[in-house]
Amino acid sequence: MSTAAATGAIHENLHQSAVRQTMALARRSLLGRLRQPAVLAPSFVFPLFFAALSASSYSRTKNAPGFPKVDSFLQFGLTAAILQGAFFGATSGAADLATDIEQGFWERLIASPVSRTSIVIGRLASSTTIGAMQAGVFMALLAIFGVRVRSGPIGIIAVIVSGGLVALAISTIMATFAIRSGSPEVVQGAFPLVFILMFLSSTFMPRQLMHGWFRTVVNVNPISHIAEGMRAFVIQRDVSGKHFFAAWGYPAIGAALALLLCLAALRRRLAQS
Amino acid sequence: MTLTVNQPAGTGIASTPNSWSVVAFMVKRSLVRIRRIPAAFLPSLAMPIFQLIAFGGAFAGALAYAQIKHALDWYAPLACMQGAAFGAMGLAFATVNDLQTGFFDRLRMAPAGRAAMVFGPLCASMVRAIIPLVLVSTVAFIGGAALPGGVLGLVTLAAAGMGLAYCASGFGLGLAFRMRTLAAATLTQFAIFFTLFLSTAQMPLDFIQGWVKPLARVNPMTNVLRLARQGFLGEVTWHGTWGGLLALGLMGLASTVFAVRGLRSFDK
Repeated sequence: MSTAAATGAIHENLHQSAVRQTMALARRSLLGRLRQPAVLAPSFVFPLFFAALSASSYSRTKNAPGFPKVDSFLQFGLTAAILQGAFFGATSGAADLATDIEQGFWERLIASPVSRTSIVIGRLASSTTIGAMQAGVFMALLAIFGVRVRSGPIGIIAVIVSGGLVALAISTIMATFAIRSGSPEVVQGAFPLVFILMFLSSTFMPRQLMHGWFRTVVNVNPISHIAEGMRAFVIQRDVSGKHFFAAWGYPAIGAALALLLCLAALRRRLAQS
Repeated sequence: MTLTVNQPAGTGIASTPNSWSVVAFMVKRSLVRIRRIPAAFLPSLAMPIFQLIAFGGAFAGALAYAQIKHALDWYAPLACMQGAAFGAMGLAFATVNDLQTGFFDRLRMAPAGRAAMVFGPLCASMVRAIIPLVLVSTVAFIGGAALPGGVLGLVTLAAAGMGLAYCASGFGLGLAFRMRTLAAATLTQFAIFFTLFLSTAQMPLDFIQGWVKPLARVNPMTNVLRLARQGFLGEVTWHGTWGGLLALGLMGLASTVFAVRGLRSFDK
């Protein structure tokens, strides 16, 4: 075997090994979270509670001028529930990463021959999976109460993918906090800073019902575009590439930018250890 | 913090302190904690202000449809109540901390009445509630909230906020005595959150439809919010006042009994 061929084989082995390690760490992270229902519960309970509460409190608002045509307020609120679930779930995933750092498991991983990026990507993959799962579960649960995704199976798939991508973007942002600080308290403390973006968007109400400076903020907030893109699949029969870009493109771009920050934080932590 | 009691001159031994002086010391200690551990208190300030701004912007259109012209007039009292009540979570947290560090055992050995161990934290929570009440309402007024009820409107807001802080703290304290873990603080937060939002927190009762409406109708928090809001939405009247005062009185009694019995179970 020539030297070039041998080097190529080694690189391929390393690559396969990194993929296997990422899969194994993602599986560990996913199982770890599924085995702790108490940790996972808030990301399911709170969004569903808010959806039910809003459906009752704001049900008459759907007749207000400017409100999009919907079957019920619950149908309008499905997107808000999915986004909230993704935000909550992604944060608890990043808090787990910080706990690994705080309790020393991170150091053991670093000491082992594991690809460094696999440690982070594994966590992010589990958050993405849970975000997508949540979107599916929320759609199934709200279907019991008459909420239909009007764009059909394509819309259901689009919403599930969007839920996963939003979870990926938020978990990457929160993982950056986790890696930089190594403290779950800091991650939980940073959560309101990210969560505030959702309230300053058209997630809970259509922007047509907003006025003044608040509407200006809502117009420029990317979460508004994600929420409206995702909502279009739920409340409209006909969807276009514009909606796919809003529901998939915005969170994907957000995740890519956040990943750059996250990897920079990882390099800094590795240099320190 | 060390609890010191002035010794009367010439007695030679420390006399039993008056329960009220112990209560006053515990209130002072609670206020000192705010300065020493601001991170534990800031969320009860930041979250209501954030909620005031976010709800005031996001749901302004929905409230306009319900004939409420200015959303801040509706949400400012809600944010004030939330800030006042969430202080109870901090109190439960501090009590559990005292239990775990042994400070509470030193209090129990002190020659002071058992009542002071309950009424000290409860009075402290009422005093601490003044801070979010002042700050949140100031932000609301800067944002353009009106107060057609005048000074009486502020009095009813303060009465509702301080009363709610007392009730929530009694509940938090009772849980802390029974559970003795930080889960007591989390449970207190959940209880406040659900009680507050299953009322007229978001929309007027006439505009609510479905499952929340019957709950909001019987939820005492609806009366407390009416008491807090009346000065922001119009004139202060006895009709808008008595229900809130009655609700606070009954909840206060129940939470005091819950806290006292919790202390007794702790003693056993």
